[in-house]
This record gives sequence, structure tokens and C-alpha cells, in this order.
Amino acid sequence: MTTEPSLKRSLLEVRDLRVHFPVKEGVFSRVNRFCKAVDGVSFSIRPGETFGLVGESGCGKSTLGKAICRLLRPTAGSIEFEGNALQSLSKSGMRPFRRDLQIVFQDPAESLNSRQTVGEILEEPFIIHRLGSEAERRAKVTALLDRVGLAKSSVSKYPFEFSGGQRQRIGIARAIALEPKLLICDEPVSALDVSVQSQILNLLMELQQEMNMSYLFIAHDLSVVRVLSDRVGVMYLGKFVEIADGDELFSNPLHEYTKALMSAIPSTDLDAVRDRVILRGDVPSPIDPPPGCAFARRSPIEVSEEEASQPGDFVEVSPGHWVELHPATVRDYERYITPSR
Amino acid sequence: MSEFPARDEPLLSVRDLVTAFDTDDGQVVAVDGVSFDVEAGKTLGIVGESGCGKSVTAMSLMRLLPQPAGRILGGSARFQGEDLVTASEERMRSIRGAEIGMVFQEPMTALNPVHRIGKQIGEMLLLHEPLSKAEAWQRSIELLKLVGIPAPETRVGEYPHQLSGGMRQRVVIALALACNPKLVIADEPTTALDVTVQAQILDLLRSLQKRLGMSVIMITHDLGVIAEMCDEVVVMYAGRVAERGSVRDIFGNPQHLYTRGLLESIPRLDSPRKQELTTIPGAVPPLSEMPVGARFAPRSSHPEVTAYLESASFREERPVLVEFAPGHWVEDCRYVRAFEGEMTK
Ligand SMILES: Nc1ncnc2c1ncn2[C@@H]1O[C@H](COP(=O)(O)OP(=O)(O)OP(=O)(O)O)[C@@H](O)[C@H]1O
Ligand SMILES: Nc1ncnc2c1ncn2[C@@H]1O[C@H](COP(=O)(O)OP(=O)(O)OP(=O)(O)O)[C@@H](O)[C@H]1O
Ligand SMILES: [Mg+2]
Ligand SMILES: [Mg+2]
Repeated sequence: MTTEPSLKRSLLEVRDLRVHFPVKEGVFSRVNRFCKAVDGVSFSIRPGETFGLVGESGCGKSTLGKAICRLLRPTAGSIEFEGNALQSLSKSGMRPFRRDLQIVFQDPAESLNSRQTVGEILEEPFIIHRLGSEAERRAKVTALLDRVGLAKSSVSKYPFEFSGGQRQRIGIARAIALEPKLLICDEPVSALDVSVQSQILNLLMELQQEMNMSYLFIAHDLSVVRVLSDRVGVMYLGKFVEIADGDELFSNPLHEYTKALMSAIPSTDLDAVRDRVILRGDVPSPIDPPPGCAFARRSPIEVSEEEASQPGDFVEVSPGHWVELHPATVRDYERYITPSR
Repeated sequence: MSEFPARDEPLLSVRDLVTAFDTDDGQVVAVDGVSFDVEAGKTLGIVGESGCGKSVTAMSLMRLLPQPAGRILGGSARFQGEDLVTASEERMRSIRGAEIGMVFQEPMTALNPVHRIGKQIGEMLLLHEPLSKAEAWQRSIELLKLVGIPAPETRVGEYPHQLSGGMRQRVVIALALACNPKLVIADEPTTALDVTVQAQILDLLRSLQKRLGMSVIMITHDLGVIAEMCDEVVVMYAGRVAERGSVRDIFGNPQHLYTRGLLESIPRLDSPRKQELTTIPGAVPPLSEMPVGARFAPRSSHPEVTAYLESASFREERPVLVEFAPGHWVEDCRYVRAFEGEMTK
């Protein structure tokens, strides 16, 4: 039996979400295989909370983020936002929720129209949602620029005239224009230099304080997630393998994959003594994921093929701490099997 | 050789290297007087933010600057006593690959997508060593084994697209090591890889270096990678060396405000949650607007820096590096040096 974490009073409730992409092989062949980018994900986000999402390239982080704000249609499962089911809404059905659900991308250049001035880019959300007079909108734009730390004179400039960090500020300004309740940040600082990265992270933390937004903060850098997040979910091959409160996860990681991720971060502490968890092989493809526990064949805990082909259970081992429990994923895993479950 | 009477001559000794590009807006100097030494068997790290001139430094050493825009305007790079800056193009061709190996960020730039792995390594070997084709193929298999590729006998006959990103980078390392080079220049070799794969590749580089004894120039923007891999470190800012020293000097007792700023702005696994991160205010000036004086000064938090920014000295005088402690060099300008009352770690 698989139990999933559910929270009272949540802003967002995702249940058993799946996003499968058809794989086209050859020109005439029919689609009979699927890339299971997101394959049964459940979690929730509370109002004002930051949920950090980590995992390596291709594990399905962006796909999950896009499905939640319905830039993608999920294959199965449910997305509840303030009690409203979003999973099968049409484009126009989504319109009332757009204001409250915004996304910031890694590369703002991709999402900013290069032929619009910054002023036009920032005014657009107000026009789409028919908010305020022209003068009011202009005043809002000026206030936004000021809020994200850009000069007033930026209004008449184009995105390409800005540095990467400044473009990210423009992307953030547009996303927060209508004061969303949930901001999905998809690797917003991954392309930035460290000194610029810390400026943007500070900005995101300040904005959250002021506006009481919730964040789904996606990153592959655990240290960045550590700083921002209240709770953290670790994803592997389309599924969560561990979810816990940030402090708990970083002080008491249980899944061997989480440990491997943590121990792989190169440390600037010259005297750090480290126990590096080195994984075997490469991340398997989400097209034909291995049967059973997807991680078992890479884990430093070796198990028989028979055991590996059994799926793990996603269970709550201590309050709020969920982990994929399987002989190959958690050391002394019997310890965590409680008779009540 | 008489220039270095006191100790063994380093394998590579770069002095006052200046490299510029012709652009539509005139000439821009991307590397402005960079000096460092690489000792035999040691790893030197070059660290700094995007655009500070790390890759241009590497390309200058290999004489692979984009032509005709890029040009070395001055300085020297003595490699085993021979100046790479003035060496003939023919000589450079035999140095590249054979005596100096290269690993770049994107493995696909170094690999030919239409040739089998074995053919590519074999060609590199045949270029520099008298081998038969069969011997070259055999050596390719050995090299793949050396870099930890499972089932090398099979992989040697495959094409790059059949390999994962991490395996491709291993192949590129095999290529770089094919002719037993004395020096390997690795420009962001793990930046495109996931952390767990990065850990594997860094482990590999370390163990190969131990076995083969080559020197490495490790270029990265990741201070963690520098701390784990390097003996000596060059911190670059806006085309110049801000600070240079042993890894202990740089991480344990950084003297330049830029080095400190970088170290303090990285989030760490033990950083407190939801607390403001340290930042370096401002941004790097564009190449076309580089001041002659201390380039970091406009971002300095020194209480009296404004007077310096308005002074003739900032407009006209280029600060030199001073030896703060033996082997530990820092830009000689008090406005960009750590000052009293500065945050301490
Ligand atoms: N539109 C699409 N069509 C087909 N496959 C897709 C599509 N988008 C993503 N995928 C596949 O889904 C999987 C997950 O991709 P996704 O972009 O969500 O990963 P990610 O975790 O965001 O990775 P990264 O860290 O590289 O951004 C990958 O195997 C990817 O190739
Ligand atoms: N072909 C070129 N023409 C003009 N300018 C160039 C050229 N190549 C590089 N530059 C400039 O030289 C400077 C140094 O570039 P370089 O590629 O060495 O930076 P880097 O430190 O390697 O940065 P990154 O971390 O982004 O790789 C940059 O300002 C860049 O714009
Ligand atoms: Mg992504
Ligand atoms: Mg570079």
C-alpha cells in the first residue's frame, strides 16, 4: 500500500500526477512507447510556504512545474488549487487562475518577447486582466521596476540590452505583477554567476515575505534549495523518493539518492571530511524505466534483481518525513517498517 | 632557464599575457596582463565569473583564438622552456594533443558525431605516435578502460550519441590523455554535468593525475571544484588577476574583496534557512568601459572608495600585484583589499 503525504490547509494539492510524452519512432510508426517524465507524483504546498524540488537533469522537474500551471496537460492525476481542480481545464477555463499561478524560467530570454520594451512586457498582465487605467498601469510598472531593483529608465529598453541577472529581474517583475499566490520558479538562478545568484535569491526571499506568496522552487543545486525552502522534495526518474522539512532532510537524509546528491556537492571547506556516496552507472531513461524500484540498480546498497524488481513504498517514517522505502534505498530499512502500516 | 635560478622551473610560466579581440566597437582587451605558474604534477585553478577571461586565457595558451578577431598582444607563456606565444603554428600543432591535452565544457565540441569513438582516439594517437591502425584501436580500448568506461571493447565501436553526457566527457578525457601529455587544460569540464556525475569525473581526474603525474589547469566558476581539486588558485576579475596563491591562502585567508565576496555569496549546505545571503553589490563593467585603475573598486564597500573613483589614479594607474605573503599575491590597491572592520569568517 502506498500512502501519500497530504496536508490540511494546503494551497496546492497534487495527487498521483502523471505526464507521459508519446515517443515518435520513425516517420510511419505508431506511437507505442511513452516517456514517463512525471510518473505518479503527490505533494502539497501550504500558503506562504516554499517547497523546494531537486533532482538531476531529466528527472521531470520542469515537466511537473509546467503541468501544475497548466502549460502542459497532465496524462492522469489531479491538481487542486485552492480546492479547484485544474487538471482538465481548457485554456479559457484556466484564465481566472492565471493571475494566481505564475512561473519564472531559468532563461528569461525564452519567455520575454524580445520585440517588446520592458515597459510593454510589464504592462501586459494588467492589460490582459483589464486592471486599472493607463496612468495606473504605468504607475504600477514603475513601482515594479523599483521593487525588483531596476532603474526607471528601463521601461523604454529591450530585454537584450540587459545582463542575465537583470533579465531575470524583469522575468520576476512580470511574474509578480498581479501578486500571484503561487510562484513556480524553474531554476531561476542556475544560469547566473554566484554574486548575481545571491542577489536574485535575496530578492525572491524579500518578495515572499512582503507578498506572502508560496513558491515551488525548482533547482538542481541542493545548497540553493536549502537556503530558500521550508520543505524539500527529491525527485528521481519522475517520482519523489524523499520529502521532508528542510532541516530534517539535510540533517537526516534517509534515501541513498538524497545522500548521494548531498555528498556530491563540492565543498569550499578545505578540511571537510566527507563520506562520498558514489552511484553506479547512469540515470536510466524515463522511456523504458526499469521495473520495480528505479534506483535499486544504481544504489550503493546492492540487492538481488528479484528484490530490485519490487517497487518501494512511499511512507511517512516520522512526522512529515516521507521516503521511498525499499531494501536498496534506505539503510536498515526494516527499522522503518512499523506494524501499524 | 637563468630566469628561475632559485627553484625548479615550473612546467608552464605565463607572464603578462594580454589578449584582445577586434570587434565592431573597436579593440577590446579580454585578458589584461595575466601571470601565473603551473608546477609539474600540480593543479592550478582559474576561477572567476562569466566573461572574466578564463577561456580566452586557455585559448591563448593553446593558440586557438578565433581568427582573425583574436590576437595575443603581449606577454609570454614558457612551456618547458619554449614560448607558446611565439612558437610557429606547425610547432603548436604538434604540442596540442601530444604535450598539452584539452578538455572542454561541452564534450560534443571535442567529438566528431559521425566517427566511432575508437577512430577518434586512434586518429589522435596516429597523429603523434608511430602506431599501426590495429595498435591504435587497441590503445583506444585501454584508454577507455583507464577513464572508467564499462565494456570498453563494445564502446570503442560506438558513436558519441550512443553515450550519456558523463561517458562522453570520459571519452574526451581519454582523448586528452591519449598521448601522455605533461599538461591538461580543462575548461569547465564538469559544468554541463549533473552533480553526481561531476563527482565521478572529478574523482577520475584526481586519480589519473596521481597515476600519470601530469599537471592540470582547471578552469571553473565553481569555488567548490577549485577547493577540491587545486593546489594553486588564480582568481580573475574583469580580465585581470585579482588574487593568486595556494588553495589555503585563497580559501583560508582571502585578501581581495572580490575573493571574499565570492566565497561569502555561495549558499552552503549549512547556511541558515531563509536568511539573507551576502551579495557583491553592482555588476562587472562591460569590456569597452574598463577602467585602468582597480577594476573592482566601483563595487568595493571601502568607506573612502568614492574619492578613489574620482581620482586621477583610478583613471590612469594600473595597480600591480604585491606578494602579501610568500606565494600569495594580491592586487595592490587598498580600496579593493580586505580592510579593517571587514567581515570576518
Ligand atoms: N515536450 C516533450 N516531449 C517529449 N519529451 C519531453 C518533453 N519535455 C520533456 N521531455 C522529457 O521528459 C523528461 C523530463 O524532462 P524535464 O525537462 O521535466 O526534466 P528536468 O528535471 O526539468 O531536467 P533539467 O534539470 O535538465 O531541466 C526528459 O526525459 C525529457 O527528455
Ligand atoms: N570572439 C570574441 N570576440 C569578442 N570578444 C570576445 C570573443 N571571445 C570572448 N570575448 C570576450 O572576452 C571576454 C572574456 O571571455 P571568456 O570566454 O574568456 O570568459 P570566461 O571567463 O571563460 O567566461 P565563462 O565563465 O562565461 O565561460 C568576454 O567579455 C567575452 O565577451
Ligand atoms: Mg528543467
Ligand atoms: Mg569560459
